[in-house]
Amino acid sequence: MSDLAALAERVVDRAAPGEQIEAYVARGDDVEVRVYDGEVESLSSATTSGIGVRVLIDGADGAKVGFAWAGSLDDDIVASTLAEARDNAAFATPDPDVVLATPDGVPAAELDLWDESVAGVATDDKVAMALDLERRVRAADQRIRQVLSADYGDERVEVFLASTTGIRSTTRRTAAFLSAMAIAGEGVDSHTGVGYSVARGFAGLEPDRAASDAVVRSCRMLGAKKVPSDRLTVVFDPRVVSTLLSVISSALSGEAVVKGRSFFAGRVGEKVATGSFTLVEDPTDVRAFSAAAYDAEGLACRRTVLIDSGMLQGFLYDTVSARRAGTASTGSAVRGGYAGTPGPGCRALVLQPGHHDQRAILAAVSEGVFVQSVTGVHSGVNPVSGDFSVGIEGLMIRDGELAEPVREVTVASTLQRMLQSVLHVGADIEWLPGIAAGQTLAIGDMQLSGS
Amino acid sequence: MAPGGGRYDTAVAAPPLIEADVLERVLSSSLAKGGDMAEVFVEDRQTSSAVLDDRRIEELASGRERGAGIRVVVGETTGFAHTADLSEAGLLAAADAAAAVARGGGGGTRIAALEGRRPAGPSAGVRLPGEIEKATKLELLHRADEAARSAGLAVTQVQVGYGDSRRRVLIATTEGVHAEDDQVRTRFSVGCVATGDTGMQTGHESVARTEGFEVFGRVDVEDLAKVAARRAISKLSAVPAPSGELPVVLAGGSGGILFHEACGHGLEADHIVKDASVYVGQVGEQVASPLVTLVDDGTVGGEWGNYAVDDEGRPAARNVLIENGVLTDYMWDWLRARKEGRASSGNGRRQSYQHLPMVRMTNTFLLAGSEDPDELVAQTPRGVYVAKLGGGQVNTATGDFVFGTSEAFLIENGRITAPLRDFNLIGNGPEVLRRIDAVASDFAMMPGTCGKDGQSVPVGCGQATLRISGVTIGGTAA
Repeated sequence: MSDLAALAERVVDRAAPGEQIEAYVARGDDVEVRVYDGEVESLSSATTSGIGVRVLIDGADGAKVGFAWAGSLDDDIVASTLAEARDNAAFATPDPDVVLATPDGVPAAELDLWDESVAGVATDDKVAMALDLERRVRAADQRIRQVLSADYGDERVEVFLASTTGIRSTTRRTAAFLSAMAIAGEGVDSHTGVGYSVARGFAGLEPDRAASDAVVRSCRMLGAKKVPSDRLTVVFDPRVVSTLLSVISSALSGEAVVKGRSFFAGRVGEKVATGSFTLVEDPTDVRAFSAAAYDAEGLACRRTVLIDSGMLQGFLYDTVSARRAGTASTGSAVRGGYAGTPGPGCRALVLQPGHHDQRAILAAVSEGVFVQSVTGVHSGVNPVSGDFSVGIEGLMIRDGELAEPVREVTVASTLQRMLQSVLHVGADIEWLPGIAAGQTLAIGDMQLSGS
Repeated sequence: MAPGGGRYDTAVAAPPLIEADVLERVLSSSLAKGGDMAEVFVEDRQTSSAVLDDRRIEELASGRERGAGIRVVVGETTGFAHTADLSEAGLLAAADAAAAVARGGGGGTRIAALEGRRPAGPSAGVRLPGEIEKATKLELLHRADEAARSAGLAVTQVQVGYGDSRRRVLIATTEGVHAEDDQVRTRFSVGCVATGDTGMQTGHESVARTEGFEVFGRVDVEDLAKVAARRAISKLSAVPAPSGELPVVLAGGSGGILFHEACGHGLEADHIVKDASVYVGQVGEQVASPLVTLVDDGTVGGEWGNYAVDDEGRPAARNVLIENGVLTDYMWDWLRARKEGRASSGNGRRQSYQHLPMVRMTNTFLLAGSEDPDELVAQTPRGVYVAKLGGGQVNTATGDFVFGTSEAFLIENGRITAPLRDFNLIGNGPEVLRRIDAVASDFAMMPGTCGKDGQSVPVGCGQATLRISGVTIGGTAA
């Protein structure tokens, strides 16, 4: 048994009669390199570990739950964390729907998410990769004025989860990142572009791709201007679509639905999107960056179809939200590390691919705007009301071709209307970091606001 | 353990997190292989939070984070490592990892003796969160929930959040810095959903202070709840926001984030030294309307972005950034100030011991003017009145920024009329600063959380009611 497992078992063993305990124990090692101007700007390495403990106290009106966490696995700290969780539980509202997950018989997928190269590669080679990335960006185009940062990072994470209700799950995963932020300039005009590459290990990283993304995205914005307001078709880049799906996902959370905070509530079986729109959550697909065998309550992750040819099929649930909704968990509990409590959420959303690549989709647009990046998503998109308004950078589309760059404009609509106005879903799936894959998406009839 | 009792040290000046002799040995070991400066940052943070949602106390949580980050600077390179192990052996191991960037040839750096420790405690009158009964905290949540639900039948969901933290930090460096701080913070927020024929709308209100539980002697949580409920209900009859450029009046205290985003970030020296800000080389230049005097001040009593010393041990200060429209200075941390051969302005901050410090704002605000806020609206034939801004984002290299509204209205014929659905405003920092054509006298602050390069820190921002002659409104109406 690993030391993490042994520790979790020891905590769970301390349950008093009438008490349920869940212990989430995590350890991570990470390395971060940032280079600037041919030199190492910073080099960080660290190990972090911590524990999160939930205690449920049974009662006639249901259980009361308390939580405590600590960024340490020292025995005295673990003991006081358990005591604190127990004390917190005493003050919660008794609730018959509050239970810990129990094994539901669904087998966990066998996923290989561990790449030894993250630990095996020497720090000097990691530094060299970041320096190489910076050189590639600088050399690619004379208009690159500055590489603000070129970063290499990797992490190894191990989690063990145990509960008095029979849950035992182990998760091990690695990840490596490479990213560059370039500034292109001509005269007083300057624009930024970010390029990145992610993989499970060192060998999977693609510095050429990260570099060219940063270069293309910054250089093609040179000369960008505000354009007059217009109603038009908007074609979103795969990276932006990944962000949009993440926002939509909060309205597909079973918790948001049962608490009346989702514009999808009460609409299962209805047509909420155009027929070309099929949205699936599948953390068992190993190509997804956040693929996982177990959810954050220790149940097997599984494939769930959320929207099928435009028809809303259902929502994602953890154990508690499922009980409130009178259904079963979809194995969709997520949590923000040892300091967070579980709640339902997405890990690996993907749209069923359409038949056309980005070029073909653009060719079908006589007048529109291509969006390469959005800003203000957290402030301008409301997943409760569906109101949608974001700042964008991109290029106009004229007669099916990318034309002049635009900046300092917004596009707006509502999420409800956007889903009903999907013109094309791209065939070009990109497995991006975060909780959703990306692909080109064209949406009709949006309001561009400019001069 | 008794409810709420004994979780925190109650003595005002607690013993040091690490003894001075241990610090000295760790610092000298950090530079054993060479380097210009080494620093030990120690943090012990205890938090508690509670959420009432859907009428239930759903989550009562306590957290503890304790550890040290060690930084070794060699020329332009910084080595960094952190550890949760505060024993001398643990600290020495982290020092060794941080020193990996030094390539030998050490021993040349003079290590200054640590100055006498200046113990820090929370100021007098602070009611430490650990000394407040949990039941007392929870009662606030129930009161706010009740008040929000009784504000109108349209209110269909209420979430109330309470959080407090006590963060003790110690900073020691080979330049002789030996400083401590003890920061107590408290926040309370209410979020409501209102439902009507037009669907659902949301309203929020919050308070966040660098204070203890005494804040609730002045702040009535029921008032916060009523404001949140009113915002959600009023938006049920909201019309789509216009599109295109219009004059915007920002209500006092509603939109200090505009200055945080539009120019604050661009005045952070890390962007300046990398030539990645539109404000590079602009000191002494007119960069804003003469009505604009912008200050960053980490010493304003009780504000969310306050501290006694920053996370590099430098005292917080009042720094005038723009005076009557003329750029006077940037904000600095140790690393960037060293590059320019000047002193830090006390703006070196980090999210936790697991992070490197960088240049961050504290409380950033525009000084009040002299006009009557009602007159500003009356003098605006057509425009948008923003009663509450949401979050924002800026690209410092271009100056382009956005920020969202959470309560806004149309201005028609000099009067505030229909409520507007949520939208983003978009603009360019330097341009918007020049377009400020009126500033009123009704100054107020608001709290926020600032994210930069993956690190979040509490900040304050503030302004009086003011008008911008034209901003692009990201609505859907023509």
